[in-house]
Amino acid sequence: MSFYDICQRYKDFDLERVFNSVSSNSVKAAFERDILDLKRFIFLLSPEAENNLESMAQKAQVITRRNFGKSMQLYTPLYLSNYCENSCSYCGFNLNNKIERKKLSLDEVQKEAQLISASGLKHILILTGESRGKSPVSYIRDCVSILKKRFSSIAIEVYPLTEDEYAVLVLAGADGLTIYQETYDERLYAKLHLCGPKKDYRFRLDAPERGAKAGMRSISIGALLGLGDWRREAFFLGLHAKYLQDNFPDIEIGVSVPRIQPQTGDFKAARQVSDKNITQIILALRIFLPRLSIALSTRESPGFREALIPLGVTKISAGSVTSVGGHAIYAKPRQEALQFQIQDQRSVNEIKIMLEKKGYQPVFKDWLDF
Amino acid sequence: MTDFLEIAGKKISNRLFIGTGKFASYPIMKQALEAAETEVATVALRRVDADLKDKNIIEYIPKPCQVMINTSGARNAEEAVRIARLAKAAGAGNWIKIEVIRDNKYLLPDNLETLKAVEILVKENFIVFPYMCPDLSIGRRMAQAGASAVMPLGSPIGSNRGIKTRELIEIMINEINVPIIVDAGLGKPSQACECMELGSAAVLVNTAIAVADDPVKMAKAFSTAVCAGRLAYLSGIPVTSKFANASSPLTGFLGGKK
Repeated sequence: MSFYDICQRYKDFDLERVFNSVSSNSVKAAFERDILDLKRFIFLLSPEAENNLESMAQKAQVITRRNFGKSMQLYTPLYLSNYCENSCSYCGFNLNNKIERKKLSLDEVQKEAQLISASGLKHILILTGESRGKSPVSYIRDCVSILKKRFSSIAIEVYPLTEDEYAVLVLAGADGLTIYQETYDERLYAKLHLCGPKKDYRFRLDAPERGAKAGMRSISIGALLGLGDWRREAFFLGLHAKYLQDNFPDIEIGVSVPRIQPQTGDFKAARQVSDKNITQIILALRIFLPRLSIALSTRESPGFREALIPLGVTKISAGSVTSVGGHAIYAKPRQEALQFQIQDQRSVNEIKIMLEKKGYQPVFKDWLDF
Repeated sequence: MTDFLEIAGKKISNRLFIGTGKFASYPIMKQALEAAETEVATVALRRVDADLKDKNIIEYIPKPCQVMINTSGARNAEEAVRIARLAKAAGAGNWIKIEVIRDNKYLLPDNLETLKAVEILVKENFIVFPYMCPDLSIGRRMAQAGASAVMPLGSPIGSNRGIKTRELIEIMINEINVPIIVDAGLGKPSQACECMELGSAAVLVNTAIAVADDPVKMAKAFSTAVCAGRLAYLSGIPVTSKFANASSPLTGFLGGKK
């Protein structure tokens, strides 16, 4: 039994019909409850709930304050390698894209780490393209060991691994796993991932569970919104997060709600996802799962990020660079070498000042290696 | 006033302990601790960043305040013990609030693992304060193992629901011979006062103060309420009754006649 089996149960469920039959009263009754079941989570994602966003926001803010206080966790991504064996049409690292391919040497990782840690950050997210050949587990492990000397929390966002491989990284000092399913729609997934190791839908879908069993302390999942119907994706994302919370109660479960941004290649989002849609998803998730961590990346604009901060977000990235070696090694990355375009280019210090002005404590460190 | 709570040779006159998470900034936290005149503050070791001299949370704890490190992040006894040892090695003292949580949804503590950690840490000369789900048997075992106080929860952390576990806590206060400190779930000063009236030795509050619109005033309000509750407890709170009790007794005319 894994989340794949749960997904199968809902695969042919006519969610659209349910979304469109939700009444105003059922939306109101749903968010007035302390504990919501799955049916009521669907109500909050419905078109009808769009008329109640203000009330949902009020509720979400109270829940977030109570659970996470007036504080915001900060982190930054560090790209180790952009070699990739997949041809995902929506991603800048797609193997068919003619970009310069790089992989940081361990010395370069050291330099990047030094520069990032000078900003005071203690939480880092390391990323690679999906290439077992170019960035094998042993390489990721060595990078984790180097970073462990400067950072108190290291999360990995790499290709899906086996449980034993995750355990190797946990032993080296990784404590967090981030892996996005991109789309929970298995048929659409097959269309978007025609070749490469990523075409194995199930191996990716069950990766968070393998990471949990291997000893990861926090797990973050997500769907790349815009590939399929966003309401459906948000439903499965909530279902997945709840499944992980129920089955791994001692692990911090988090989500991210990235939407497609322009990147190298000519992929156009199949479905536009508006600011209002993203807001509704965050509010619905917060009310459905009060203890869920919600991260917001620099894919979003400064203004939109700031507006979302009080509504349910608990982690934001700062000083982000989405190219390999972009912090210290290669001063000005070329646009085509980015995994995606950054909308919020503010430095760690600028984000810190912004948070303080808004009455939030920027949290640089909230973990320790014990 | 000579009413002290004495723990490990330290005489504590203010029975409001304050947790330091969730505040909008360290300066505000410091002001709140000062306004409450609190003498014990808990700090999560995971939040302590020794690399930042000016931004290290410990620097913002008022000097007379006793720091009690909590083991937030520990999922079992072994991890709690390791955090306690790290805290001691880092110079954060030996007062430890043992917090072992395997449930991220409700943040309810694991009593069995907590008890194991108490047994180990007491032997290593730590002053331990186990945070636990109210339970007489486990509380007794913690006391027997050498816990300096036992800290049952009033309701889940951050829930502001007050002392929902009142019946169980009352039994623990009556039966366990170490101080009982109600920790977690107290959302307003009146609830803290209620705990003190019951005979709780102290209370620990964090969320309700940290996320208040004015945390400094709220800290003061809690402190005042705790003081009032304690005074009431010491004064001997009259027994409540469903019937009226006449102020002038009807059999007063009998005087001392046999």
